[in-house]
Amino acid sequence: MGSRSHLRLMVLHVLVMSLLLSLGGRLWYLQVMNGAHYRRVAADNGIRDIVVPAPRGQILDDVGRPLVRNRTALVVSADRTTLVRQKDGGKAVLRRLAAVLGMPYDQVAAKIQLCGPGIKRPCWTGSPYQPIPVDDHADPQKALQIRERQEDFPGISAQLQAVRDYPRTDGAGAAQTLGYLQPITQEELNKRKGIKVTGYSGVDLIGRDGLEAVYDSDLRGSPGIRRVLVDSQGRVTGIASEQPAVSGGNLVTSIDARIQGDVETALSHAMQAARQRGTPADSAASVVMDVRTGRVMALASYPTYDPSVWTGGISQNEYDSLLSKGKGQPLISRATEGQFAPGSTFKISSLPAAVKDGYSLYGIYPCPSSYMVGARAFSNFEGESGGDINLHRALVMSCDTIFYRFAYEEWQRDGAMHPVKNPKDPMMKMAKAYGFGSPTGIDLVGEAGGRIPSRAWKTAYWNATKESDCRHGKTGYPNLEKTDPARAAYLKTMAAENCVDGYVFRAGDAANFAVGQGDVLVTPLQLARAYAAVANGGTLWSPRIAKAVLAPNGTVARRIDPVKAGTLPIDPKILAYMRSALADVPKSGTAAGAFSGFPFDKLAVAGKTGTAEVFGKKDTSWFASYAPAKNPHYVVVAMVTQAGTGATTAAPAVREIWEGMYGLRNGVTAALPGGNVPDKLPTLAPDGTVVPPQGFGEPVGKAPAVAGRRRR
Amino acid sequence: MISGYGDTFGRRRSWPGRLAESSLRRLDWTLIGAVGVLSIIGSLLVFSATRASLAEAGADPESFIKKHLLNLAIGLLLGGVTAALDYRLLRAYAPIVYAAACIGLVVVLTPLGATINGSHSWIPLGGGFQLQPSEFAKVGMVVLLAMLLGEPRDGEVGPGRRDILIALALAALPAALVMLQPDLGTTLVFGMVTIGMLGVSGAPKRWVFGLVGAAASAALAVWWLHLLKPYQINRFTAFADPSKDPRGAGYNAQQARITVGSGGLLGKGLFHGEQTTGHFVPEQHTDFIFTVAGEELGFVGAALITVLLGVVLWRGLRIATQAADLFGMLVAGGVVCWLAFQTFENIGMTVGIMPITGLPLPFVSYGGSATFANMIALGLLEAVHLRRNPYE
Repeated sequence: MGSRSHLRLMVLHVLVMSLLLSLGGRLWYLQVMNGAHYRRVAADNGIRDIVVPAPRGQILDDVGRPLVRNRTALVVSADRTTLVRQKDGGKAVLRRLAAVLGMPYDQVAAKIQLCGPGIKRPCWTGSPYQPIPVDDHADPQKALQIRERQEDFPGISAQLQAVRDYPRTDGAGAAQTLGYLQPITQEELNKRKGIKVTGYSGVDLIGRDGLEAVYDSDLRGSPGIRRVLVDSQGRVTGIASEQPAVSGGNLVTSIDARIQGDVETALSHAMQAARQRGTPADSAASVVMDVRTGRVMALASYPTYDPSVWTGGISQNEYDSLLSKGKGQPLISRATEGQFAPGSTFKISSLPAAVKDGYSLYGIYPCPSSYMVGARAFSNFEGESGGDINLHRALVMSCDTIFYRFAYEEWQRDGAMHPVKNPKDPMMKMAKAYGFGSPTGIDLVGEAGGRIPSRAWKTAYWNATKESDCRHGKTGYPNLEKTDPARAAYLKTMAAENCVDGYVFRAGDAANFAVGQGDVLVTPLQLARAYAAVANGGTLWSPRIAKAVLAPNGTVARRIDPVKAGTLPIDPKILAYMRSALADVPKSGTAAGAFSGFPFDKLAVAGKTGTAEVFGKKDTSWFASYAPAKNPHYVVVAMVTQAGTGATTAAPAVREIWEGMYGLRNGVTAALPGGNVPDKLPTLAPDGTVVPPQGFGEPVGKAPAVAGRRRR
Repeated sequence: MISGYGDTFGRRRSWPGRLAESSLRRLDWTLIGAVGVLSIIGSLLVFSATRASLAEAGADPESFIKKHLLNLAIGLLLGGVTAALDYRLLRAYAPIVYAAACIGLVVVLTPLGATINGSHSWIPLGGGFQLQPSEFAKVGMVVLLAMLLGEPRDGEVGPGRRDILIALALAALPAALVMLQPDLGTTLVFGMVTIGMLGVSGAPKRWVFGLVGAAASAALAVWWLHLLKPYQINRFTAFADPSKDPRGAGYNAQQARITVGSGGLLGKGLFHGEQTTGHFVPEQHTDFIFTVAGEELGFVGAALITVLLGVVLWRGLRIATQAADLFGMLVAGGVVCWLAFQTFENIGMTVGIMPITGLPLPFVSYGGSATFANMIALGLLEAVHLRRNPYE
């Protein structure tokens, strides 16, 4: 025990004290010099934002009946943070979950992996701190198992969430009109800057078609943000602040669920009847519109589908079948996206065009069974002759040869095969004035514009097709020749002709156009608004389905009104003349058979049949109508493809629709009380109940006030 | 009369009484005071660190603090008994203490031991109590090395080569056993105690520096040969840059730094640390207890704890200097090396200047065995102090 030991102890002393001093220095640096920085970091450390989804608004009919509403569904979701912290990374839990849900394990596991480079879909794009939906249409029995055996399913929860529900009120499907929701894509997010998403799959949906798409921003609302305090495990320990979700607005439409239901029933009856007559009747469409306002009251298309297939994610198979030609492409709305030759219904355009071009409105014209257009004879339907008749009669009995003559003579005046510099083309111009050839601007997506086969169109079409026509003109159709040599020969001749001078607007083109045949195509909606314009004295509407957006607090967030698209350049005299003719069609004209026994004293229906020949297919059956004839309120148009004449298939369907609207069949109450549509909007009671406008039924799901009072 | 009566009374009970009185007075009360304040602060911090999670789990929020106070009471008793012993007797019992410690370290490696946090360091005693032999092995190590290196020598300045080699061999055995658990922290404590005591014993410089160099190259070798468990390597690399992987290995280091740093000068107030309530720092009542102090008591509180530990070490060194013999000096010096390294390593890893190893903060952290061992260490210091050289 010498001085060396003491010296060593001194060294130890210095060493210990300098170590402690360095600790003190480090503490000063961390806490005093950088304290503010670490306090900020700590504040972020314990707070996470959880986005609370906003309930999407309902889509209501004109009196507040739901067309689309929300239903709560059990959604099974997995909490990644909890699963990953388990010994095997949650594999055992996921295997049990897969077994309970009846899903393959790989599918469940794929759903909860985080998206990243090199990871195949399905994967989770949202925040790893939010529960990831594994099954959003879980069977309650299965979900209950998960809740009851929580110790077997750590990190798995089964919770109620709102999903879209289609109640088919009064049989109203309107699948194509309502549209559907699909998970939002990154591109859509980039395009729509203001859109707020929750990060929940199954909740972050966007309207992809129909009203859901057009009014998506009105319906979707705004998700809330709940700032929660979390611990190091990601478990929530408290709520720091909450900005509640704002529900989406309710969209009030002018669709009337009862009429929509009736229309769909009438169309399916018509198709069944046509099929019994041996025609394919493969598709159909119908439009009901208020001629005074341009509001659409029903819009139906067949074949149709059940929109609930979209809820909870559609499988590839289901999606393919919605678009498959074999199944008739039920996703496509024939009423707005389907384009068909209008047949004789088109005469409401050709007649005023001819009169404007100089043919007397009150003249008498011969209606032979056939008319020579150049070298070719164009016949009346079924070759009947009408004698010398006025234009009223020409509409009522649907004489074609009068219109062939008008068109042929006009074509000759325009220079025939060698057109003058600025041909008058009165029929084309009138058709365009009726809005044919361009979209109506209805509040739906994907609307088709139809086709006016003008001279310019012919040239463009020839340029696009001449190569193939020239080839077929030389080689013919060898495959078709084996089965149908006559048709193959005809097609070969046509192709050869088109190859040479297909751009020429021929006499036959002009004649066909006058009676809505040949290359002219219209959508049922275009035809409906054309008839509405005739009925209302010349106003061409850009129709609207939506009427208003009701904010969740009951106030009207915005009104949506149809827009005037134009006025028919037709003398009111001519319109009145046509209306009187159209009024006789169901009484004594082509539709008399379909309307036999109809109570015209109660409701005078006016209309026009159309039978459009389609090359290689059966005729398209049309009936366009409005009523009451003297003071028109509504227009009803129906179309069935490959279903025979307008009188046999479409007219009976239209009759059925009118009977429903006005309650003209035994035991049927009028869908429109007193023939009126509500001029006021349904309102929202403070409890969220939808109250129909005065005189349009009882509030949905609300107890009578008296009973409530008595109970107290 | 009155005084006479008093005298008689006083004389009658005076002999043993006066002796006890005087030895009580001769205790190093500064040292005891510092340990006392540290224990009080430690108890508050343990309560703060555990009450929230216990309440959340539906358990009694005071269950840990109650156990901790019980541990402190038992520790005080053990320390008192140790202080009362004549430490010179320990020289005789040193081999037994050492052997008992080694047996304990072997037992934990058998199926009797329990694994907690990847280390096989505990012997469960039933009733929720466990024994961690490595803590007691520290005591055994100090006493044994003091015996080997503190043999009375005639003329020789330091221990001879033979003594040193025997000391190293006997120190290597518990170090190796602890390494098998694996418990890197305790192994490092053994190493530092061995080097420190060799230095204090007056061993030649070449031995001391040689051992420091050997330890450094051993660390490098371990590094290169991947002899450490992956989690140990992760802890070391995380020490270099904790922000690299905040959810992975660097998480502890990062959160510890944030927690301490966010305390600022005065802290957020006892029981008011959000980081502490949110369990952002793992092992917060044991190895990372200092983060609670840093967050809730701020720089003032954290520095106070450091200063109090400094006082303990200063008094320990003073006791070593004043020791009556080389054995006493080595016992006190060994205890100082042990506590000093553990203090520096624990606070250092919390504030990010040392790699993370599992070592508790002396007199502050929760943990029965550690508390007992620390109190025994305190008792050893007091024992040496009580029998110091009166002429010094």
